[in-house]
Amino acid sequence: MRDAVAELVRDGDTVAIEGFTHLICFAAGHEIIRQRKRDLTLCRLTPDVIYDQMVGAGVASKLVFSWLGNPGVGSLHAIRRRIERSDPEPLEVEEYSHFGMVCRYVAGASNLPFFPIRSYFESDLPQANPRIVPVKSPFGDGSVYAVPPLHPDVAVIHAQRADPAGDTQIWGLLGCQKEAAFAADRVMVVCEELVDESVIRRDPNRTVVPGLIVDAVVVEPKACHPSYAQGYYDRDNRFYLEWDTVARDPATFHAWLREWVFGLESHAEYVEKLGAERWAELAPGEAWSDPVNYGRYA
Amino acid sequence: MVGPGQLRSIRLTRTAYSSSEMMIVVSARQLAGERVCFVGVGPPNIACNLAKMTVSPDLELVYESGVFGSVPARLPLSIGDPTLVTGSVQVTSMFELFAYYLQGGLIDVGFLGASQIDRYGNINTTVIGDYAAPMVRLPGSGGACEIAINAKKVFVIMPQSKRSFVDRIDFITSPGHLGGARPAEWGAGPSVVVTGLGVYRFGAATGEMELASLHPGVTLEEVRDSTGWELRVSEDLEETAPPSELELRLIREELDPRGAYTR
Repeated sequence: MRDAVAELVRDGDTVAIEGFTHLICFAAGHEIIRQRKRDLTLCRLTPDVIYDQMVGAGVASKLVFSWLGNPGVGSLHAIRRRIERSDPEPLEVEEYSHFGMVCRYVAGASNLPFFPIRSYFESDLPQANPRIVPVKSPFGDGSVYAVPPLHPDVAVIHAQRADPAGDTQIWGLLGCQKEAAFAADRVMVVCEELVDESVIRRDPNRTVVPGLIVDAVVVEPKACHPSYAQGYYDRDNRFYLEWDTVARDPATFHAWLREWVFGLESHAEYVEKLGAERWAELAPGEAWSDPVNYGRYA
Repeated sequence: MVGPGQLRSIRLTRTAYSSSEMMIVVSARQLAGERVCFVGVGPPNIACNLAKMTVSPDLELVYESGVFGSVPARLPLSIGDPTLVTGSVQVTSMFELFAYYLQGGLIDVGFLGASQIDRYGNINTTVIGDYAAPMVRLPGSGGACEIAINAKKVFVIMPQSKRSFVDRIDFITSPGHLGGARPAEWGAGPSVVVTGLGVYRFGAATGEMELASLHPGVTLEEVRDSTGWELRVSEDLEETAPPSELELRLIREELDPRGAYTR
């Protein structure tokens, strides 16, 4: 993780650590904080607690997003301090809706100059963000709104499993990781388990990102905590609730960073520090799918 | 042995209910006869699941995280909870969910919350104050803007006060009936607003919110004091039926046993 972040994430980069509630790679965010990267533009549909930590830690100067909150809990206090009070410094924001953000990745991934969607009519969002622009259909069927392509310098994608070449398989919520990965210049895959290429090839429908576009594969089990990996561990709702108190006060916020990020060398230490009991609480139980026959056709 | 004093207290806790329980129950009843519902997290989620157990067993729950036909085995504490996935009919990318299901016109009802709403059902969830220098930075649109435009109908569930029911909202995140009417090619827009005080519908000709029903114990004066404009009141103003024992039991024992959203 240390080497991958050092090599792939550069000061001033546009970075997307995607994953809609599911598979959010907190460990990568922590490593970016630990390496004191600066001046990043952070993109995500839902900044979530991970970007609250990164923005509060001072690695970012700009946020591109569509829903700013601690899901199921409330506000992201470190981000709000910077937006509402420039405390300790201002944060530039560029704001869309969910579908707008998703389509920005789609446009980026498909090498299109814009993507048209049926949203934003009569909303104040296009006024707040001049990069949301109405366009007339060239075929005379009314108007839609265009959003610009998003090309992150780096996308960080967490997955249940990948092979050494970076062929990556995900199940459960898919969010827009595939779109973000194909839109990015550099792709870092972090996985719960490294598997043999034959495992991938036995179930190609499950592959979301091919090794073709992947620059680094990092094996980092439990890297999503307090987010989750379907079938591996549950979302730690207690952490999300507690974060509300931690982040409310800059003193407790920075104490948390010192204890859980700067005070640790690696994510393995974080996992150990969290303790076996907490991990046992997050065990998901079992619900297997049935195998399917792809056929041999030899 | 149960003494008479204890019996009375049991009866009291059975019939008493919280304001959020009332909102959830009323919202669930509105879903009778609906088929495909775009669910929001929190109270709307409990309302949709309650509807599925009571008035609308065939209701399909769609979550913006990319799940169709969800059957959550526990109360999801976020819109992307893993329990939404296990046992669902389909998990799609968010692109497909928004493009094919929502924009493609398959969503009958979209559930939205609001920090501010005006008489035409235009909704603000972006900022209080000026956008460039907000007093309060709210979460923003999420999927709300496109849901408000593309769902066939929109239900709004929110707490009511003079600060939330305002004459002029600070920012239009999600358009309602604009100044009284919406373009024909959009969905029909907000049809019901449920608050802790009552139920509102929108005049067909005016596009303006009308008080349709008062919750038990709430006075018209109280409602007017909690509304930032001169409120229209339906000629057939009703009293909302209180939550039934069954509805309360389902909420308390099955949907939200810890009372995360209902106490």
